[in-house]
Amino acid sequence: MDLSFTAEERSFRAELRDFFHTAVPDRIRRKLREGLHFSKDDQIETQRILNARGLAVPHWPVEWGGQDWTAIQTYIYQDELQQASVPFPLSFNCSMVGPVIAEFGSQAHKERFLARAANLDDWWCQGFSEPNAGSDLASLRTTARREGDSWIINGQKTWTTQGQHADWIFVLARTDMAAKKQLGISFILVNMRTPGITVRPIQTIDGGVEVNEVWFDEVVVPADQLVGEENKGWDYAKFLLGNERTGIARIGISKARLKRIRELAALERVGDILLIDDPKFREKLVSVEVGLKALEMTQLRVVAQERYLPRGKPNPMSSVLKIKGSELQQATTDLMMDVIGPYAAPFFPEEELQGRNEPGIGPDDAATAAPMYFNWRKISIYGGSNEIQRNILAKAVLGF
Amino acid sequence: MDFDLTDDQRLLKDSVDRLVADTYGFDHRRAILASAEGWSRDNWARLADLGLLGVNFAEEHAGFGGGPVETMLVAEAFGRALVVEPYFATVVLAGGLLRHAGNAAQQAAYLPRIAGGELLMAFAHHERHARYDLSSVTTSAVQAGDEWEINGEKSLVLHGDCADKLIVSARISGGNRDAGGIGLFVVDAGCLQRRGYSTQDGLRAAEISFSGVKAEAMLSLDGFPAIARTIDEATAFLCAEAVGAMAEMHAITVDYMKTRKQFGRAIGEFQVLQHRAVDMLVQVELARSMALYATMMASDDDSAERGRAISAAKVQVGRSGKMVGEEAIQLHGGMAMTMEYKVGHYFKRVTMIEKLFGDTEAHLQRLVAAGTAF
Repeated sequence: MDLSFTAEERSFRAELRDFFHTAVPDRIRRKLREGLHFSKDDQIETQRILNARGLAVPHWPVEWGGQDWTAIQTYIYQDELQQASVPFPLSFNCSMVGPVIAEFGSQAHKERFLARAANLDDWWCQGFSEPNAGSDLASLRTTARREGDSWIINGQKTWTTQGQHADWIFVLARTDMAAKKQLGISFILVNMRTPGITVRPIQTIDGGVEVNEVWFDEVVVPADQLVGEENKGWDYAKFLLGNERTGIARIGISKARLKRIRELAALERVGDILLIDDPKFREKLVSVEVGLKALEMTQLRVVAQERYLPRGKPNPMSSVLKIKGSELQQATTDLMMDVIGPYAAPFFPEEELQGRNEPGIGPDDAATAAPMYFNWRKISIYGGSNEIQRNILAKAVLGF
Repeated sequence: MDFDLTDDQRLLKDSVDRLVADTYGFDHRRAILASAEGWSRDNWARLADLGLLGVNFAEEHAGFGGGPVETMLVAEAFGRALVVEPYFATVVLAGGLLRHAGNAAQQAAYLPRIAGGELLMAFAHHERHARYDLSSVTTSAVQAGDEWEINGEKSLVLHGDCADKLIVSARISGGNRDAGGIGLFVVDAGCLQRRGYSTQDGLRAAEISFSGVKAEAMLSLDGFPAIARTIDEATAFLCAEAVGAMAEMHAITVDYMKTRKQFGRAIGEFQVLQHRAVDMLVQVELARSMALYATMMASDDDSAERGRAISAAKVQVGRSGKMVGEEAIQLHGGMAMTMEYKVGHYFKRVTMIEKLFGDTEAHLQRLVAAGTAF
């Protein structure tokens, strides 16, 4: 039993840290550090920098650009990437559709899509949730009917993150109406430019627009854009969701947030002292740190178990990481609200914030504190809400 | 970075697990508690036979030669079984002080006898108004020729009633809360005025008066660093013990939920209760992670970093233990309120661990003073 990293792992970490800090422009990392949204161009620019160095899709099969790292190396990579405030490679490409195509797609799919997904030449979005299929995803009603060499898709998807930027969408659609819930679903790749697709933005409570509704009205898709076998889509979706076992806690992001909170709390005054020296504030801060330390150790335990687990099989312990990781990320937004205090109130639309020349109102990061607090409520909802994670743990670990 | 046990550690774990499984049935434990001493000398002899009484002593002192990980394995098993023998007082506290502050002659004289089960020792340190301040010592030590004389009152001396010898902290110089000027001394316990009593969790403790008691000094007359180090190790032990108790409490609760029927079905079928059992699981795992962290940091030479790690662990374990314990009682309903059912006993042990060597609040304040938990 040993907490220390090997000399190779330490130099691996140092190399990555150096690369992330020097190769990814500070103007992009600064946005993340200060809680601003980065643009489509920022995401593309970052991902191509990473991809050129083999760092966009390290967990993919080597044949398609992966690195064949150990679980510990992958952990170090995620930790450094997050702590350096580098935008994570687009998860829809790299963590979701890419691994599914690499595992279940045809050779033609792999050649057509994988390299482009890794380089963000194609921007993918996710067509899973529907207005009446959220946590109960398998009750989805979007249909794909076979006509000759085509699938005809009808229905509505929602919460489609960054669908407004997307070139492609991977869709779960019902292909067998008679089959039981999970059994009649297929996984289909759809070009977003196909006639019959309508995208409507949804403004979220932070004032921003990152999610969308997507309608499909008699959308004609070539039959060969079905991934794997017809009616097996649910298995692929489960694989996709189980793929991310350890990065889910996003500890590096919380660490970076705490660092920023400390910086700003050292500039705020409370009576005669600095906020960072205020015992009540410190207690809250240190409390979050204790939770984060406990989560990090738990993550390391899960990482250490990885080598004993078959690839692609979900580890139910990752649900613990999701529950606690989301709570702690949210706790950091709460702390930032404490730092910013009354200056959480002024509201500016995102585009005004990004483009403005005049100084902001109140302390640095004041304009993003409340939007982030509001926006990050999503973290305990998406990717299987924390209640669904509890259902998973109740069944898989406790045997209920 | 790995969390695997070595082959030797796995063997040790198997043997200690087997021992507590064989000797620590719930009814048997109740009989032990009802006995005159409140613990079992038969069990003590078994622990000695297995080498557990010297688990972290050097081999030259008849020890097993283990370190924090081996000690943790013992602690967790003891937590699962609620062992009541004076192991913590004798092996962890007194043994730790002897390892860190004993001179060669003292180590050679006492450690092998502890390991062999022939000598019981305890650490007389806490005083009435010290709360959780380890440097709060008013008991005095005055040199008289070759010997020292101790005067003062020690309180909450764990297993101080049955100890053959005590290690006593006493002030040689400085004011009440100075870390400097605290010496460590060995005294014979036989002639002391001791008032022994049971603790809430079925262990024993004593109030002890020292009035001109003759004592032999330990290696260093600046004892505080050794005290701090020993208490850090001891806190890591307590964290692991609490995790063993919590994990067992959680397992018992989940089993109960699967068998207890109300409204025509097992109460474990109710989602609201399942989620509460899951939240307990999360807390057990976070506590387990921090107990491991405390174990791996317990021998760190940087006392500031070690102290922060130990405090962070004690905070997490304290919070987790309270939540898991209270929920275990609640999910059982009235059943867990009876002395005849085991869950309450785990709850009591975990609750008392929280109050030992710094409660959650005290350790949190230590981290606040340090500025960070990292």
